Parts: sequence; C-alpha cells; structure tokens
Amino acid sequence: MSTQVADVAPKPESAGRSALAFLKAHLREYGMLLSLVAIMAFFQYMTGGTLMQPLNLTNLVLQNSYIVIMALGMLLVIVAGSIDLSVGSVCGFIGALAAVLMVEHNVHWLPATLICLATGALIGAAQGWFVAYWRIPSFIVTLAGLLVFKGLALMVLAGQSVGPFPAEFQLLSTGFLPDLLHGESYHLTSLLLGAIAAAAMVFFKLRERAQAARHGMEVEPLPFFVGKNLVFVALILLLTTLLSAYKGIPNVLLVMAVLIVCYDFLALRTTVGRRIYALGGNEKAARLSGIKTERLAFLTFVNMGLLAALAGLIFAARLNTATPKAGLGFELDVIAACFIGGASASGGVGKVFGAVVGAFIMGVMNNGMSILGIGIDYQQVIKGLVLLAAVFVDVANRKRAL
Amino acid sequence: MESPASLLEMRGITKAFPGVVALKDVNLSVRAGEIHAVVGENGAGKSTLMKVLSGVYPHGTYEGEIRFGGEPRQFRGIRASEDLGIIIIHQELALVPLLSIAENIFLGNEPARGGVVDRHAAYVRTRELLAKVGLKESPSTLIDDLGVGKQQLVEIAKALSKEVKLLILDEPTASLNETDSDALLDLLLELKAQGISCILISHKLNEVERVADTITVLRDGSTVQTLDCRGQPVSQDVIIRNMVGREMADRYPKRDPRIGEVVFELRDWTVHHPLHSERESVKRVNLQARRGEIVGIAGLMGAGRTELAMSVFGKSWGRRISGQVLLHGQEVDVSTVEKAVRHGIAYVTEDRKGYGLLLDDDIARNVSLANLRAVSTRGVVDEGREFAAADGFRKQLRIRCKDVFQRVGQLSGGNQQKVVLGKWLFTQPQVLILDEPTRGIDVGAKFEIYSLMAQMAAEGRCIVMISSEMPELLGMCDRIYVMNEGRFVAEFGRMEASQEGIMRAIVNAGTLQ
Repeated sequence: MSTQVADVAPKPESAGRSALAFLKAHLREYGMLLSLVAIMAFFQYMTGGTLMQPLNLTNLVLQNSYIVIMALGMLLVIVAGSIDLSVGSVCGFIGALAAVLMVEHNVHWLPATLICLATGALIGAAQGWFVAYWRIPSFIVTLAGLLVFKGLALMVLAGQSVGPFPAEFQLLSTGFLPDLLHGESYHLTSLLLGAIAAAAMVFFKLRERAQAARHGMEVEPLPFFVGKNLVFVALILLLTTLLSAYKGIPNVLLVMAVLIVCYDFLALRTTVGRRIYALGGNEKAARLSGIKTERLAFLTFVNMGLLAALAGLIFAARLNTATPKAGLGFELDVIAACFIGGASASGGVGKVFGAVVGAFIMGVMNNGMSILGIGIDYQQVIKGLVLLAAVFVDVANRKRAL
Repeated sequence: MESPASLLEMRGITKAFPGVVALKDVNLSVRAGEIHAVVGENGAGKSTLMKVLSGVYPHGTYEGEIRFGGEPRQFRGIRASEDLGIIIIHQELALVPLLSIAENIFLGNEPARGGVVDRHAAYVRTRELLAKVGLKESPSTLIDDLGVGKQQLVEIAKALSKEVKLLILDEPTASLNETDSDALLDLLLELKAQGISCILISHKLNEVERVADTITVLRDGSTVQTLDCRGQPVSQDVIIRNMVGREMADRYPKRDPRIGEVVFELRDWTVHHPLHSERESVKRVNLQARRGEIVGIAGLMGAGRTELAMSVFGKSWGRRISGQVLLHGQEVDVSTVEKAVRHGIAYVTEDRKGYGLLLDDDIARNVSLANLRAVSTRGVVDEGREFAAADGFRKQLRIRCKDVFQRVGQLSGGNQQKVVLGKWLFTQPQVLILDEPTRGIDVGAKFEIYSLMAQMAAEGRCIVMISSEMPELLGMCDRIYVMNEGRFVAEFGRMEASQEGIMRAIVNAGTLQ
C-alpha cells in the first residue's frame, strides 16, 4: 500500500520532565495532604498540644468514623454523577431500627446487625431504582428519602430515645483491639499492626512502581516517591504510637482502614471503578462503550445505603442510644468531605483518598475549634468558607489549565 | 424591470477557525426585494456565512466588508443586526415549547409598561402577525401543540414583528412535508411582493428553482458562481455541477481492494423514532458489506444514517426496531451494545465529544474503555497491560501527544478521532461503522484517517462509512448507498458513482415523495 503519510515521529519520551512539572501536574493530590497537615499543625499549636493527645486523637477517629465511611460511598455516587442527600436520615433510621430490634425485641446483636445492613442496602436500592431506571434526578429522589427516613426514624422510636445496647454491640464503637502482647505502657499489638500496615503500604507501592517501570510508563520522580512514602509511614507510625499510648487501635479504626483500602482499590484499579468514572464523565459515551449505565448507577446507590447503614450502627453504638435526632445533618458533612477532597459536582472526577482526607479536614476542624471553645455559630461559618475555598481553588486551577 | 438597489453587499469575507479556513474571500450581493438562494454541500460554508452576516461572529473575528442599505456595518452581535432588520431563522427552531405563541413572538421584546407585560397588546399584535403568515391559531396556543410546519411559520411571524428587511432561512423545509413546504414557499413569495428580501439556504433544488431570483453557489468556503434566474430558469444540473465540481487530486490513499465474501448484512431494518413511535426513521433498509470492502452511506443531514447505525449498534437509538442483522450469514443478536461488541461490531460516533470520549480522562483509559476485559484479570485492571495497549495504538495510529496519560480534552480534533478509532480497534471488530469520521478535522489529519481506513480494510475488516462529504465517499468507497428520508434510494458501484449521480438520487427521491 502506498500511503504517503508525512512521517510524524511522536514527541520524544518525556523522561526528562522536571520535578517541578510533575509537582504542578499533581498539585491537587499533594495539596490536599499538605492542607490537612497544615490544619493539624495549626490546631496542635493553638490548642497547646491537646489535639494530638492520645485520648483526643482516639476521640477524633471515633467521631469521624461514620462520616468517613459514608464519604466512601458518597464519593462513588458523586463520581457517577448523582448525589445522595438522604444518608443522614438513613443513618438515623437504621440506628433506630437497631435499637428497636436489640433493645425492645431482644434480638441477638448479630442477626439484628445483618438485618440493619440489609435494610440499608434495600433503601439504597429503592432510591437507586428511581434514579437509575426512571431517570428522576437523584437530588429529588434522595431529598424525598431525607424526609421519609427522618420521619420513619421518629416513628420507630415513637419520639423517644431508646437504649442502652447490648455490650457486644457497643464494642463496635467503644471497643479496642485486644492487646495480645500485653504491653505495659504501650498497646503493643496496635504498634505492631501499625508497623505491618506501614510496611505493607511501602511494599505495594514499590511493587506498583516496579511494574509501571517495566511497562515503560512514566513514574513519579524518585525523590517524590521516597518523600511521599516517608511521610505516609511517619503518619501511620505516629498515629499508631499515639493511639497505643491510650487504649490502642479502636475497632472502628480497623473497620474504617479496611474499608478505605478496599474502596480506594475498587475505584482506582477495578473495571467496576473504571466504569463508574466513565459513567460520570460521559454517560452517553459510556453506554455506547457497552457499559450497563443504569445498573451501575443503581449499584452505587445500593452501596451507599449499605454504608449509611453501617455508619448508623456505629453512631448508635457510640452513643449507646438511638435518638430521633441521630444523623441530623450528616449528609452535609459527607458531601462536603467529597467536594473538599476534589470531587466534581458534574461527575467523573474525584478520589476515594481525597474524600477521606476531606472528611478528616472537616473532622480536625470540628474537633480543634471545639477544643478552642469557638461557638457553633462561628464553626459553621468557618466550615462553609473552607468548603467554598477548596472548591474555588479547584475551579480556578482548572480554568487556568485550559 | 427596474434595477433595485443592492440591499446587502458582503465583500471578501474570510473567516478562519483554528486549523480550518471556513470562508475564503466570499462575495454575496442581495438586491432589495428578491429571494436569493445560497446552495452548497454540507460544510461548504453556508451557515458560517450567515453567522458572519447576523453578527454571531462579531466584527473583527472575520475579514471583509459588510454593507447593508448602502452603509458599511460592523455588527457586534445578533442584536445589532436584528435592529437593522436582518433576521435569521435557524434550522433548529429557537422557540420555547412550553410558552404560548404570543409569548414566543415577543420573547425579549415584550410590549410592556413599567416592566409589566401588556398581555392584551401582545395578544392583539400576535393575531395580526399570525394572519399575515396564514395561521389561524389562537395566540395563546402553546408551541408544543403546533406541528413543525406551523412552528416554522410562527418563527416567520416573529421575524415580521421585528420590522424585518432581510429574512434568512436556514433549511426551512428540511423537516416539513410537501404541503407545509409549499405553504412556506408561497409565503416567501408574498413577503417578496411586500418588499422583504430573503436569503434561502436549501438543499432542495426544486424549491430553489421555484422561488429564487438569484442563486449563489458556495463550495469549500468560496463563492463559485452567482446565477441569475430571472431571465431564464437555471437547470438543476447546472447548479449541481457547480456545487460539487471539484477536482479529486491525491486526497485519498491508493487502495487495491481485495473484496471477499459478504460479512455483514442488514435485512428489512426498520426503526421508529424514540419519541414519535408512529414515525419510521429508518425504513426497510437492506445493506450488505463484504470482507475488505469500504461501503459508503451518502445522504443529507437528517436522512436517517446515524439513526440506522446506532440502532444496529446495540439498539442505541429508536424504538420498535425490526429486521435482521447477519454476520457471515448467521443472524446475530445486537440488542445491547455489549452483545454487538462481542459479535465484532464497532460504531465510531459522529459526535466524538458528546458520545465518544471521556474528555477528562487520559488516552489510555479512553482506549481501554470498551474492552476493559482485555486488560484486566478477575475485575482488576492491569495498568501495565492497559498502557501497553494504548501505547501501541499511539504508535500505530500516530496519535500526537505527550504520552498516553495526556487528557484527551487537550488533543486536537484529528488526534481525538484517532483515540476513538483506537478504542474501537481495540475491541477487534470485524465490522467497523464510521460515522462522519473526518468531521471537524483538518485536511492533513483527514488523509491519515483515510489511510487508516484503507489499512483496516486491507486487514480484512469490513467498513461502513457514513459521510455527508461526497468527495470522500467517492474517494474511499467501493460501493455507495444513498439514503434519503430513512430509505436507501440508490446504490452505486465504485465505477458508476459520481457526485452528480448521488445528488440527483437524493433530489429525485425528495421530489418523488
């Protein structure tokens, strides 16, 4: 064949791209982490060291666990191009359901927990069905859900607080990992677990890097790679050391950490994750690529319901009562966490890790400002401004990049 | 006959877009009180010219001079040209469906006192205007309740409400039936008698022949000819020759087609419109494509070609789809995109930004999207394998980019098109349906796309190419089907196909109905 295409060599491999250019391209990721560290440092200083005290740190983790867990599901929903406003109400409703089952009907905690999780998934499925298959905007469907489940929670509890929960159930939130090694002043199992986690992370990162290099992909400049991993290792070790000085790793933290790793993997590395991003990025293109867009959108809601239920259980177990007001306003923190973490309201963009960092930024601010005795009025204003600022920086960056 | 002064003079109009020159030194002169037809192929520059005239592209974004009513004009926007009485009616009607006729006619121009709309005045005035265009509907009727033909007339009434001097109609009869078209053309003649000039853009040459006083032919962004029809009628043949008469230099790669057995076949394929399910958008189409063959589907916009392709590809368009799809003589189930892809059918959309690409994602992720299975193990994507596949296509298709992790949104049109091609080649298709594969890309990139098509055909795939650009169909295809209003109305072999022949088939089919 005599095709005489002008021979255009592809641009030379960009091996020599400067570290600066790399930093610029990944500013968002590093920026998020740096903001969290800066905010923590700020409050650490302002509270005279109270923030990072083992007891407070443990509280911080416990207080934010349900927000983080819901943010994992919310991120997928937002990436897929929807929103779920009902999570706070679902959270409260599931807590109420758990209380009624365990306290009033004396159902064993295990089947009761399973029933609650299944109910959460079912709620998600119901809402997802309207959104995905009937194309009713998720904002409307879940706004309805917000009202419905807030009402149902009141109804099940008959307006009363119900508690206390069985001791086994409470362990979900108030329990700590048992110290098999019986450390004296430190919780040795927790320390060990932290060390293992840090080592595992470094191992997987190294393997990933080696694989990438083998396929001739461009990799992060070495100083960045080393630097980033050192920071992470330091953070993990610091966290576990501090926690070990109190009672060790709370059960919730373990649950949360496992979920974060799983969802991060799901979003970044699996075909399902890819398809969710494609769905949110360009639904029509996704459908024409053979992706079952309706089913996928539906599943993100089922998943969200399930996680909201789990969060509801954790919250109820932590308070040791189910109150009609439980879960009030959670959806706002959860959604804010996702957007602070870099998710785009129009779908297709966002990272699980970002949402987690976003949730902790909110959490540290809540905690720090409370310690400082800043009134709830100012707290709300400041949180609102931080959300706006984070998104503004994002949008401004994007605009300049175009 | 007196010689009316020239109402509009456009001289030396040149308009360039990044990478493409859409208009080159175009001249257009419209006399007062005439109907001036502007004809040309899709992409000849008609719409761009009208956008320059109406101020959509403001003064300064083009070169050349516009004189209207004897004075040089520099329009900053549509409002400026409208104030002088230049009103454009676009192909896609700009009416708000859930507002009434009266509200639409005075939209943005409401008769009001102190900010309060005077509904009574609007109603009375609308009734007068409707009477002028021959509509008896009540001014409070919702636009939604009118047919397309009547909506078109409402648009004209709206133009009349603005003291129109020059009315520009872009393909006004494209979606009208014959009765409505006739009514519209009669109305234009009547307006002419009242001294209103009109620029009519149309593909339907029989209509042009009927009403036009002057015809300007555009081709490839230049004025080819201005024909005066007042003395003696100009035959459609002359118009057609002027529209398409362009040399076919080495714009296409040489091919040595080795055509094998029939691979892909459609039998009695019929598709109904998704919203108006009584309307047949594709009517009993029969198509065959052989191994190594490039088959073209010619036709005007709205002929039903994209609808045909998308309905075959996983029933992605339309309702009540009937007929058979056969591969190698065996009927196959293409009821979902997934199944169609599994059978080796790929569809490269005409709208790559809207339906083809994830603009925020990188090249690698776009390439793998339709065949994630090939780069994953038990649901986990192997980014190394994905990179290798994408990088392979980068080299094979000569995608110009930093690397395959560059965002697709940052690439040029031609390179984006290659990414879409790569994405579908990665699904290993036997049948590749390309819908307007060179739309919006520059000449050099076009040649590369053509070369890739030739190469794919030489590899034994069968290619169905939908295009509105006749030269590229003639340059690339072994066989061409002509589609008009949902039907295949003609079929030409490589040897017998000509632009005149295709155009005539389309025009004749239109006249017959």
